[in-house]
Amino acid sequence: MKLPRWFHRFGSPPYVYALAGTLGPWIGGIAVVLIAAGTFGGLVLAPPDYLQGDSFRIIYIHVPSAYISMMAYVILAVAAAIGFIWHLKLAHAVAVSIAPIGASFTFLALATGAIWGKPTWGTFWQWTDPRMMFELLLLFLYLGYMALRAAFEDRDKADRVSAILGVVGVVNVPIIHYSVIWWNSLHQGPTISRLDGPTITMDMLAPLLIMIVGFTFCFAWLLLSRLQGEIVEREYAARWLRELVGESR
Amino acid sequence: MVDIFLTIMGRDLKLAYRRWSEFANPLLFFVIVASLFPLALSPGQALLQSIGTGVLWVAALLSSLLALEGLFRGDFEDGSMEQILLSPAPFGTVVIAKIAAHWIVSGIPLIVLVPVVALSFQLPGEALATLAAALLLATPTLSVLSAIGAALTVSLKSGGSIIGLLILPLCSPMLIFGTRATDMAANGEPVAAPLYLLAALAVFAISLGPLAVAAALRVGLE
Repeated sequence: MKLPRWFHRFGSPPYVYALAGTLGPWIGGIAVVLIAAGTFGGLVLAPPDYLQGDSFRIIYIHVPSAYISMMAYVILAVAAAIGFIWHLKLAHAVAVSIAPIGASFTFLALATGAIWGKPTWGTFWQWTDPRMMFELLLLFLYLGYMALRAAFEDRDKADRVSAILGVVGVVNVPIIHYSVIWWNSLHQGPTISRLDGPTITMDMLAPLLIMIVGFTFCFAWLLLSRLQGEIVEREYAARWLRELVGESR
Repeated sequence: MVDIFLTIMGRDLKLAYRRWSEFANPLLFFVIVASLFPLALSPGQALLQSIGTGVLWVAALLSSLLALEGLFRGDFEDGSMEQILLSPAPFGTVVIAKIAAHWIVSGIPLIVLVPVVALSFQLPGEALATLAAALLLATPTLSVLSAIGAALTVSLKSGGSIIGLLILPLCSPMLIFGTRATDMAANGEPVAAPLYLLAALAVFAISLGPLAVAAALRVGLE
């Protein structure tokens, strides 16, 4: 199959660096607007829950970050696999840039879950909750990935070895997910993605969806700026970078 | 291919036999950890009986971490791994043979030893057979995951501390179904479901795991 010409540009650090620089502020702007709108909708417009009162409003942080935490790991693994198979250094750079962001969102999901758990279940931490357990294991997967990378001095080797770990991890993520769900269940069932339609009212749902999209943009924004940093770190001796720095001086 | 498999496995078994203490130590470690729990907890029999299964599985998991460092390191450091990779033998077969040998010297002893120690935790007799069956199905997966961890860290000077971080989260499904099967057997419930799931995990790990191990070893040898 013949690849379209524009495709090759994504293997070129200067092009991607410039592209990330151009797209970053736009994506960041959209993220700020959406998150602001979602926050306003979630905190002010949405009615309080009949059972949980106002404490349910933490859902507007909790669900988007849990979603990003899983999506980020999949993107990490796909980028790592692309880098491993086609020896594409930029794909490795993407995977590396994602790891700390994904770990942070995982932590955020856990922390908001714990804060939400206190008034709702009466405890910060519930060892018997499968989805909390899953998020915790996901956090360990991220930390393992970062620890493995940090253990290698040679960047090329770190890229390739951690790529294998990423792929092994993403194959295991669904297995871990389902095994902890079958293990025990205390967490409430899914509310949005149900076959018979959502069981949450539109006033509450709309800000949540806005937040999810906003968090996705925010993730992309963070990723692009980290990617720029990663490219600079990898290409610090390259001529294009020196010229770029020289020009802007 | 079968020849290569048997040759490599025979060689690894012979090496293990000559350095048997390396593989006996993890088993000893398992027994010691399992016997520390009753000391650390209040000496009530009911409590020990209720947590026994989990303690045994976790102790077995931790002890297997000790054995896995040596899985590829010796061959890697004396250069024989490089020679094997350069030989026309299919590398995947070699990897499977090495994992099989590792399972024989570290997995099978656990299958025998864990139910014996379980007896001291007053696990009911019916549960012991299930425990052995669950271990028989879980230890191959454990060996494959250990091999992945060992292969990823083989070119590091000391991979020991990091392997646990890589491997243990991946072991959680095995731990869940293994303990669930044992607990259900102790309560007299049918145990087919968790055992099937353990078997599925084993088939999955054995068929795909060696590919990851082979890829990681190749990178390590670069």
